[in-house]
Amino acid sequence: MARIERQKRIIDFTLSSLLRRKGKNLALIAAYSWIVFLLASVLFITEAIRREAGLVLQDAPEIIVQRLVAGRQESIPVAYGEKIKTITGVRSVKGRLWGYYYDPTNGANYTLVVEEDRLKEAGRVIIGEGVARNVVGESYGTMPFVGYDGAYYFFEVAETLPADSSLVAADLIIVSATDFRALFGIAESLVTDIVVEVRNPREFETIAAKIKAMLPDTRPVLRDEILRTYDTLFDWRGGLIVIILLGSLMAFIIFAWDKATGLSAEEKREIGILKALGWETADVLMIKFWEGATVSLLAFFNGVLLAYAHVFLTESSLFEPVLKGWSVLYPRFALTPYINAYQLWALFFLTVVPYTVATIIPSWRAAIIDPDSVMRT
Amino acid sequence: MIRLHHIRKVFNQGKPSEFTAINGIDLRIDVGKITVLKGPSGSGKTTLLSLIGCMARPTSGRIFLQDREITSLPERFLTTIRRSTFGFMFQQFNLIKGLTVLENVMLPAYPTDSGYSELKHRALHLLETFSLSHKSSAKIEWLSGGEAQRVTIARALVNEPSILIADEPTAHLDTKLSKTFMEIMTRLNQEGTSILIASHDPMVFAHEAIDRIIEMRDGKMVPTGAAA
Ligand SMILES: Nc1ncnc2c1ncn2[C@@H]1O[C@H](COP(=O)(O)OP(=O)(O)OP(=O)(O)O)[C@@H](O)[C@H]1O
Ligand SMILES: [Mg+2]
Repeated sequence: MARIERQKRIIDFTLSSLLRRKGKNLALIAAYSWIVFLLASVLFITEAIRREAGLVLQDAPEIIVQRLVAGRQESIPVAYGEKIKTITGVRSVKGRLWGYYYDPTNGANYTLVVEEDRLKEAGRVIIGEGVARNVVGESYGTMPFVGYDGAYYFFEVAETLPADSSLVAADLIIVSATDFRALFGIAESLVTDIVVEVRNPREFETIAAKIKAMLPDTRPVLRDEILRTYDTLFDWRGGLIVIILLGSLMAFIIFAWDKATGLSAEEKREIGILKALGWETADVLMIKFWEGATVSLLAFFNGVLLAYAHVFLTESSLFEPVLKGWSVLYPRFALTPYINAYQLWALFFLTVVPYTVATIIPSWRAAIIDPDSVMRT
Repeated sequence: MIRLHHIRKVFNQGKPSEFTAINGIDLRIDVGKITVLKGPSGSGKTTLLSLIGCMARPTSGRIFLQDREITSLPERFLTTIRRSTFGFMFQQFNLIKGLTVLENVMLPAYPTDSGYSELKHRALHLLETFSLSHKSSAKIEWLSGGEAQRVTIARALVNEPSILIADEPTAHLDTKLSKTFMEIMTRLNQEGTSILIASHDPMVFAHEAIDRIIEMRDGKMVPTGAAA
């Protein structure tokens, strides 16, 4: 009972200390929240993209054959597909037509694909929900396109894809093969790339090697390879992200260290007084612990909640300039909220714990010297 | 009983600024008495009080409290002794800014096991004794010198110490308040509290209740006979 009373008084004192240094503590929480916000934003974005990419690629073909000219992807002759079909172990071969279309009136990038099973008739399109928001409001029912030669095309909107599909689908436009060739000036004999289905998954690598040998100007891309690329890019433990995270963490450590070593003369004197009045070192450390923990936790939750709102509600508006580079892949960043508890814990242990410890150490140093000498300074 | 044996206190030892503040003091202070330390500024009164009050350790020599040698005790024990045995009134007040008068007075009791309402009651009673009731919720930094001084006295008494150490307690008090202060000291002493005061205020050292005056100069005690 008495112990509880004592703890309660110590917590009371902590709260009043925090309020006494309101300005300083608010500035601290603001700076700290900002760092957590940046770290959490990066984590949220990468995790969501990685997940989404994973979902998209799940249904992606196992082998895609592209043709390279001077190191760049070019259209590939349909005849290549006939040749690939002769390789044993290949179940089917299919040419694909797809590309990007820049809509000058809306300043938006769309992904145009041909999906014969969904749309065969020329003069019609099926559009993603994102496209619909951009276009249909103005000219209901039809959508204008400018061809490679400057000619205008008007396609009837046959259908809008539901909003729940992933971010890629949002900016998708499905057109017929005829219209696609007309828009981009692609000959009948060419397709964008070729999708190869293989009977035995263990043969992926050998078949890819055979295609490469048979058609030296092609590049067979394995789905597993793409997945691996995504992983290295977005896996926060080993990818590009780790560099960004390390940078931010360094900033955090410097911040915590600075804050920690810089116990103000006033605070030191206060510790001396408390010690002189008979407070135990443990009592002093307890208030400093609660102070550090309160600031830390407030900032942590603040930063994480703001980051969540930033990434999933404002489409990462702050990072837009950085993320624009990806707009070829993902025209918009309306990511499906996804949070990895493991990462949140990691973030928690990398910020709250070191910060709290960092605030205790100098207080401990001030608390173990003679109260007399602390008070004189 | 407090016993000091060959006490020396050297500040900044080994540095050019080395200074011997207490230079060999042997002293025995009996319980239940009012003892006054007197001497010019810089003679080492405050330093001696902080050694006795377990705020600092002597460079050499030994201090006994009752029959316990405290000089070699670990810090943990000194803290407990400070809290349970001493009430300390600092020359520089050492009040905590931003807290109210009442909170400052209650501060030494926070790490004890006394209940909050009882503690608050005690603190308010002390404030009343020193005519500070109306200031109990005022911030420390708003107080006048004399008011702050009285708060430090109240704070020193809140844990009901058996030994009260007061460093220049009347420096900021007018004649009337000084007189009241000495009356309170007399009463506490009659109730059994040992009192140790450093002062060069005649209101203090010439007071009738004083049992003993110790005169200091340059970190040493002036022999009783030679005291003028
Ligand atoms: N931490 C310290 N470092 C260096 N010198 C110190 C320290 N503390 C005290 N001194 C010196 O020790 C001497 C005695 O100081 P002390 O405070 O005990 O004097 P005092 O008798 O209380 O004087 P006053 O009447 O002015 O309060 C002074 O010369 C002071 O400068
Ligand atoms: Mg002094």
